[in-house]
Amino acid sequence: MSNFELVKREDFSDVTYLLEVRHPMMAKAAHPGQFVIVMLHEHGERIPLTIADFDRNKGTITLVIQAVGKTTREMQQACQVGTSLYAMVGPMGIPSPISHAKKVVCVGGGLGVAPVFPQARAFKEAGAYVIGVLGFRNKSLVFWEDKFRACCDEFIVCTDDGSAGIKGLVTEGIKQAISKHTDIDEVVAIGPPIMMKGCAEATRPHNIKTMVSLNPLMVDGTGMCGGCRVKLGDKVKFACVDGPDFDGHLVDFDDLMTRLRRYTKEERMAMDHWEKNCRMQKQIESASAALASPAPASAAKR
Amino acid sequence: MPERDPKERARSFQEVACGYQPEHALREAERCLLCPDPKCIEGCPVSIDIPEFIRRITAKDYRGAYDTIAATNLLPAICGRVCPQESQCEGVCTVGESLEPVAIGRLERWVGDLALAEGWSSAPYIEPNGYRVGIVGSGPAGMACAADMAKAGCDVTVYEAFQEPGGVLKYGIPDFRLPNPVIDAEIENLRKLGVKFECNTLVGRLFTLSDMLDEMGYHAVFIGTGAGYPSMMGIPGESLNGVLSANELLTRCNLMRARDFPKYDTPLPAGKRVAVIGSGNTAMDARRVSLRLGAEKVTCIYRRSRAESPARAEELHHAEEEGIEFHWLTSPIEILGDADGGKAGNVRGMRCIRMALGEPDSSGRPRPVPMPGSEFEVATDIVVYAIGTNANPIIGQTSKLSLNKRGYIETDENLATSMAGVYAGGDIVTGAATVIEAMGAGRRAARSMKKYLGIYQEDSDSKAERLFGIPVYEHNFARLRAA
Repeated sequence: MSNFELVKREDFSDVTYLLEVRHPMMAKAAHPGQFVIVMLHEHGERIPLTIADFDRNKGTITLVIQAVGKTTREMQQACQVGTSLYAMVGPMGIPSPISHAKKVVCVGGGLGVAPVFPQARAFKEAGAYVIGVLGFRNKSLVFWEDKFRACCDEFIVCTDDGSAGIKGLVTEGIKQAISKHTDIDEVVAIGPPIMMKGCAEATRPHNIKTMVSLNPLMVDGTGMCGGCRVKLGDKVKFACVDGPDFDGHLVDFDDLMTRLRRYTKEERMAMDHWEKNCRMQKQIESASAALASPAPASAAKR
Repeated sequence: MPERDPKERARSFQEVACGYQPEHALREAERCLLCPDPKCIEGCPVSIDIPEFIRRITAKDYRGAYDTIAATNLLPAICGRVCPQESQCEGVCTVGESLEPVAIGRLERWVGDLALAEGWSSAPYIEPNGYRVGIVGSGPAGMACAADMAKAGCDVTVYEAFQEPGGVLKYGIPDFRLPNPVIDAEIENLRKLGVKFECNTLVGRLFTLSDMLDEMGYHAVFIGTGAGYPSMMGIPGESLNGVLSANELLTRCNLMRARDFPKYDTPLPAGKRVAVIGSGNTAMDARRVSLRLGAEKVTCIYRRSRAESPARAEELHHAEEEGIEFHWLTSPIEILGDADGGKAGNVRGMRCIRMALGEPDSSGRPRPVPMPGSEFEVATDIVVYAIGTNANPIIGQTSKLSLNKRGYIETDENLATSMAGVYAGGDIVTGAATVIEAMGAGRRAARSMKKYLGIYQEDSDSKAERLFGIPVYEHNFARLRAA
């Protein structure tokens, strides 16, 4: 497992991009809900990314990434078709339990739209009636609408500013779905912790089973460091080996959000350090380009 | 043995113990009595012929000394550094009855380092026997098992989940105790034996044990995935920011090189004051790493006394020299958060209670009993847990292997698991133990696997000695020739 070649790249917006990586064995082994840990280069950190899709025939897996910090922005710059990742390990975590639910609402918020897709598809394949609820900040950020339409019986898009679909958060979409259907068996919600918390609160009074996919900080992803521990009631679980899917009504989201802020200062430092290096690199390049351009002429003179 | 000055070294990741010069090694080797009935060999978990290799050092036959060690131990530069010799070979040394025991570990290390520097290797010519062996985990157990199976002629592949091989030697034991180039050199020696390493491979998830046996063509599999899943105490405040396991701290620092942040991308929790709970080798490593990362005060919180500390004597001594503050007979009862209602969620201190030693418990050590009314506070920014680990659940989740009540893999006395052809050893069977015990388990499993594959005949009547560490009744020995 030494070459993780990128075979496709697609940009959904100036911050969201898709990478398709060749790894036939992983494409064969992957299930909805699982994730990988990726290193861009030897000096890089290990970052967890959900497997947004997999193609067993092509032997590829798909990652959808949002450029939010140093590593994801560096990847946005460096990851082009034909280049390779330094490391990619997985599939990690326990596959999402695709229950026998007859009617399911699959909710994706922002980047969470990508990882909820394989679950929506799996529920559809298992014979469920699938309602897709996708949330974006505005119309320009909407992606994969066609993929969802292909596997959803009903489809609701929500935007913060109302530029597409209904105006409001995904919880509006959930409320709409609940008021229309009284027989919803399960809700699956993936997105930022604050959104998943909102979804869990929206379904709690109706007593509808709600599964969420947690995204704590991770290092190894194999259950040996406990960096990704999360609180479920009074129990402590490791998201990388016991999850990442948990019952949303039990998760302590405030604890998760506090722990996600653990390295805010260091993340800023890494970003500044990188941006400074990028600027210097550009200066060096333009300076050497300026020096190099008259060179052929002077060489010709000699 | 020369060592770096405690004040200076406590800020640097350079190796503390500098190793012998040839004259030191010769002088130390002269102290060995070459006992006719040596106890030290029995004290060594892999039974190195200690008097013989020391005799060869005194005879200045250094290559011979290396070959003697390499006959039973493929990783002398590692074992000489990390074995708890005081409870093994050196603990039973005859000289030690009246004087300091012979420094067997340091001599072994010196020979091992010399071999690495000179590029010696005792890789024999190996005739393939057609059997394929898969090894899960590239730590000390997996490395030892891989070496023995490769020497027996098997085609060996080692799978590792991290991006580089070495297991605990890489992510756990810091450079000032065991420099990474030493590990890489020893792994290179395994490659010379024909062992293949496949990193970034999470067995159990990418493929299962059954896949290895049924589809991937492995005739036998060894599981050496180590311990993991760090224990917490279950006291209030454990989810505060600044509370982490020693495994996380060490992995970030050692494997991911967070100590060179932001040149490397992985961050580390910064703290002026660090409290580490526990007193094993992992705890000592976590403390000394914290010191080197710039902490002003590092404390040890341990519920028993110094005498019961399971850490290697030399590490404990080094930690004391470097200025670690020890609170023996102390147990934490609560981790305290920020004054602002814990909103930022950061650690500011820890409430502890003094302990007294009571009757011996099931482990034979005196049971610590809390002393009511003795609570006190320790101010700290970081709390590191180094109180042991539980079984990693991945292999259990993804196979039909029988596990014991605590989730560790169940094996018989030959280290065979409940699945035919699958063997296991090291921390995933016994719970956290030492590097050399894991190596010993890897080698024991290798013997059983050879028997299982039929490349082993215990009833051989040949009088020949061991060759390249393989006893004669393992019949493939006849195929081994010096390269």
